[in-house]
Amino acid sequence: MSLINQHEIIETLEMIDKQHLDIRTITMGISLRSSAHPNAEAAAKRVYDTICSRAERLVAVGEEIERELGIPIVNKRISVTPIAEVAAASETEDYTVFARAMERAAAQCGVNFIGGFSALVHKGFTDADRRLINSIPAALCETERVCSSVNIGSTRSGINMDAVSLMGRIIKETARLSAKEHGLACAKLVVFANAVEDNPFMAGAFHGAGEPECVINVGVSGPGVVHWALQSVRGEPFDVVAETVKRTAFKITRVGQLIARETSSRLGVPFGIVDLSLAPTPAVGDSVARILEEMGLEVCGTHGTTAALALLNDAVKKGGVMASSHVGGLSGAFIPVSEDEGMIAAAASGALTLDKLEAMTCVCSVGLDMIAVPGDTSAETIAAIIADEAAIGVVNNKTTAVRIIPAEGKRVGEEVEIGGLFGSAPVMPVHEGSSADFINRGGRIPAPLGSLRN
Amino acid sequence: MRAIVTVVGKDRVGIIAGICGVLAGLNVNVLDISQTILQEVFVMNMLVDIKEANVSFAAIVEALEREGERLGMSVRIQLEEIFNAMHKI
Repeated sequence: MSLINQHEIIETLEMIDKQHLDIRTITMGISLRSSAHPNAEAAAKRVYDTICSRAERLVAVGEEIERELGIPIVNKRISVTPIAEVAAASETEDYTVFARAMERAAAQCGVNFIGGFSALVHKGFTDADRRLINSIPAALCETERVCSSVNIGSTRSGINMDAVSLMGRIIKETARLSAKEHGLACAKLVVFANAVEDNPFMAGAFHGAGEPECVINVGVSGPGVVHWALQSVRGEPFDVVAETVKRTAFKITRVGQLIARETSSRLGVPFGIVDLSLAPTPAVGDSVARILEEMGLEVCGTHGTTAALALLNDAVKKGGVMASSHVGGLSGAFIPVSEDEGMIAAAASGALTLDKLEAMTCVCSVGLDMIAVPGDTSAETIAAIIADEAAIGVVNNKTTAVRIIPAEGKRVGEEVEIGGLFGSAPVMPVHEGSSADFINRGGRIPAPLGSLRN
Repeated sequence: MRAIVTVVGKDRVGIIAGICGVLAGLNVNVLDISQTILQEVFVMNMLVDIKEANVSFAAIVEALEREGERLGMSVRIQLEEIFNAMHKI
């Protein structure tokens, strides 16, 4: 019997060559808790030194594995302890010094993004949390690689509406400061409810409180592979669709697990999780929207889209979970508008609206992602969009997020070119009615009944 | 350590000889060969043992790519693990 199964080899190579199968990211999580120091400059130096020593070989090892296994590993990245927790000991109001240290460390290590300029304020703010959040606009505009996230709600604690209101203003300020770059800085800022501690995907990655000193998390992708597989079952019932997605997700995740294991063993750093997310890119053939359309929808956003996405998200998890020893992160299907060629087309044609996207976030893996709204959208309206999204996450026990770009000087129907991996997004309309009095109430929305589980 | 060599392109005389010559020079042992013509394209997979190779993996990649260029074929080598991970439980 032949030792070679040519059919299997060709299938794998076609996934890589024609269907955009790749490992989206190897993300090294690094604890910075030992970097705290009363002097901010000294603390920032410790931050830089710790990141550089831990991640020194990350990119080289990633490239070595990429070459040996013949699969693209698109990004090598770093996530760190939420900086508000590290900087709390330092006597300074301005936390941009930490963002600059993260930027230098990321450049030194050769990674394209570093996440963790973050604060977790789902129940309330520490002084350090406030300082960090107030530093976000400048920090993101002064740096290229630094990503920021703020967790403003959780199923256990409810929604911190003061934080929601503040983030509306912070997003507006960030957009204003990066107007020349079409609001690029806003693409590096995520507002979460139920944020996860081991997410390898940017911009929302940070190294959570329950994590070890250093860890390797891997994010796999493959919308194109799933789309391709579904083309072979056109017209078949949904049972067959779900089975096909599961089988494909299993294969994709097995590759992710292999990469995670290899990276972990070569770096001598423990393996954390594989995040089996379908993460689209602006490239044709790498779109989640096109998978939904392949299920029989004329255009993504029409009636039936939420059901299609629910099936996809669930089948991806079911297929992937058996393929990896530890599945975590966000795991499911991402629906970032500007980063998905099919979503861009659907939004530009008017078929995909903000309201439909909100409904889709009830069943996708995260939330309203990479959405451009008119530049004159008020801070309160943005805060209210965040509140709606957080409510979906908090009540349904899932992660939700908002990554939104108020496009300075742009109106509905115009396009904002964010560039690179972030793609371009059509400016989508928001509702005209004011939410200002609602947002200005402040306080906390209590945790839902579902939180009382003990 | 085993790897899969994949050669794809227009059929011509001397493909197997060329590739095997390079591998022999690097002390890479060929364990099995499977070859077909797929939609008029020559496709060959070789299972090779690189444990005793006299150069690094990167150097094997480079040597095979150079030979591929000479033959006008696409040649690549990948560790066997990626195929096993995807297709075997």
